[in-house]
Amino acid sequence: MSKGQKLLDWVDARFPLTSMLKEHVTEYYAPKNFNFWYFFGSLALLVLVMQLLTGIFLTMNYMPDASLVPGTKMSVAFSSVEYIMRDVSGGWIIRYMHSTGASMFFIVVYLHMFRGLIYGSYKQPRELVWIFGMLIFLCLMAEAFLGYLLPWGQMSFWGAQVIVNLFSSIPVIGPDLSVFIRGDFVVSGATLNRFFALHVIAVPLVLLALVVAHLMALHEVGSNNPDGVEIKALKDPETHLPLDGIPFHPYYTVKDVLGVAVFLIVFSAIVFFMPDMGGYFLEANNFFPADPLKTPPHIAPVWYFTPFYAILRAVPSFLGTQVWGVLAMGAAVVLIAFLPWLDRSPIKSVRYRGPKFKIMLTLFVIAFVGLGILGALPPTDLRTFVARTLSVIYFVFFLGMPFYTKNDVGRTPVPSRVTESTTRGKVLFFVLWAVLIVAAAVFAKHI
Amino acid sequence: MKKQIRHLLAALVLVLPLAAAAEEGPVLPKAPIDIQDTESLQRGAQIFVNYCLSCHSATAMRYNRLTDIGLSEDQIKKNLMFASDKIGDTMHVAMTSQDAKTWLGNNPPDLSVEARARGADWLYAYLRGFYRDDTRPTGWNNQVFDKVAMPHVLWQWQGEQQLQSVKNSEGVVEQKLVLVKPGTMTKLDNGRANTVEFDQRMADLTNYLVYMSEPAQVKRLQIGYGVLMFLALLLLPLAYFLKKEFWRDVH
Repeated sequence: MSKGQKLLDWVDARFPLTSMLKEHVTEYYAPKNFNFWYFFGSLALLVLVMQLLTGIFLTMNYMPDASLVPGTKMSVAFSSVEYIMRDVSGGWIIRYMHSTGASMFFIVVYLHMFRGLIYGSYKQPRELVWIFGMLIFLCLMAEAFLGYLLPWGQMSFWGAQVIVNLFSSIPVIGPDLSVFIRGDFVVSGATLNRFFALHVIAVPLVLLALVVAHLMALHEVGSNNPDGVEIKALKDPETHLPLDGIPFHPYYTVKDVLGVAVFLIVFSAIVFFMPDMGGYFLEANNFFPADPLKTPPHIAPVWYFTPFYAILRAVPSFLGTQVWGVLAMGAAVVLIAFLPWLDRSPIKSVRYRGPKFKIMLTLFVIAFVGLGILGALPPTDLRTFVARTLSVIYFVFFLGMPFYTKNDVGRTPVPSRVTESTTRGKVLFFVLWAVLIVAAAVFAKHI
Repeated sequence: MKKQIRHLLAALVLVLPLAAAAEEGPVLPKAPIDIQDTESLQRGAQIFVNYCLSCHSATAMRYNRLTDIGLSEDQIKKNLMFASDKIGDTMHVAMTSQDAKTWLGNNPPDLSVEARARGADWLYAYLRGFYRDDTRPTGWNNQVFDKVAMPHVLWQWQGEQQLQSVKNSEGVVEQKLVLVKPGTMTKLDNGRANTVEFDQRMADLTNYLVYMSEPAQVKRLQIGYGVLMFLALLLLPLAYFLKKEFWRDVH
């Protein structure tokens, strides 16, 4: 027996190392027909690790201090970010990786969630995988919001002011609640300090625990696939392994490395060549130091919150309160968690669903992207009208789901084995979507 | 692989419209700057320390960082350091914030990252946008920053402009800046303004402000090409063939 094997045996007698590796990696059988959409889970994990590592190095030089540097109108926090950008060796790479990582996290997670939506990955028996995923998404939104305050620029300050004020529209407890969140009557140094604490330790801890739960639940039930076929249903009579399954390692580890390579090319292109991403990843107005006496004319959230922000703005206030918009925005997020019970179709994958679901899904994507575009623009009458229409579509997609999924069967029946994926119909599907979405963007821009 | 590229393109199409939703506001002419042009940056730095730094600080910028743009520490000390004497100092102003309030009615903003907040085009338009306005306490106003508190510091260079209503070629009346009294860097030949020299100086200054807002940006681009080459020419093919090899037996 080799020395390495001896050491491994010693560990295995005390800790389930080998059996854990087998269960989650080398003998975790995944469907062999994963397509493009299945890269984003592992990429989300990669971005998470990247955010944690870059975050650790940023905290070494960042100072959560809202007091002003003597003789200037710049806060210590704002200056410390510039200190990282200029005087810390490699600081600018770390900072840009972190700021780009925040946006890329949302891109990857939105695509990951969309995958779940089109292939019915939330359906029985994967409800808990979906719920854990939704909790991760909530943590991610909290994390992004908390972190955005830290540079203490104008958008940091006023964005936080707007969002925390939303809580004060809740009847009875609202005003006290918003003071409790801020730790002050306005966003102030106290707010900055607590947001820093929550951003660097509290939320990341919960996030990590949830990621573990998400993966454990997934490995318990097994992965879904583009055909929505349960691969555990058909096993080899001799080996008792799924006929359509392949071990995660090495097959999907090498495939994910390919995904990582492509992702890193996109990621690096942004970090090195357009870290602001034209004002969408780093807003120009956030390079003005926070000034509590000067409200900016247009307070726009970062792009990943704009769909929900557009819903918030679209809902008019009535009965003398604006709480309805806040409730609608909350509902827009929470409803996603209820998909496993809203969807009544026995068919998982969009490939074998009927036209009703396909049409609704297309409308939903248009609504989501359209709201995202509108949420980034200052409102006009026409834009508000369009945002209201799209908000209605957004909610109809979820609330109407029990009805339009009930008897909605496609022409092709669900196969018993997974299929090779390439059809002309799918390409047409993509092209149709692309055309519709570009049209929506052009429309929004000109109204 | 072809299929995956196609899907990637499709995904990009989903994301791109967000980038297309451009910002609002008037379209400003593009600032003719080149961040790699060290001579222009040096001229801009000279204007900055001589004319701007009297009132505007740049507390994130250290003097010795100017070695980035091809200056030696000796040159910096001799020609550009008036407000402090240590080469590692940041660009502070001597004026106290109390004095600034009394003299100017406002604290002049720190310019360390001004170019990132305003954009190069805005700065270029602002620097050339001062005009005579007797209703203002300083006697000056600005076309892109209405009721600006700052007086026209470089009026001796530019001369005096007026904001006039002019009919353009399509017959629409628009507000236009017209040079009425030439300065040392502008000329008036039979009513035709020649502002090439002044514009060039302002482009240099804008260029410098853009450089100062992120001194690492030239290096960032240089490293970026290396990183992309490594990823695209080494990691990507390696990962691709590795995947192909391992998946050979999956049918």
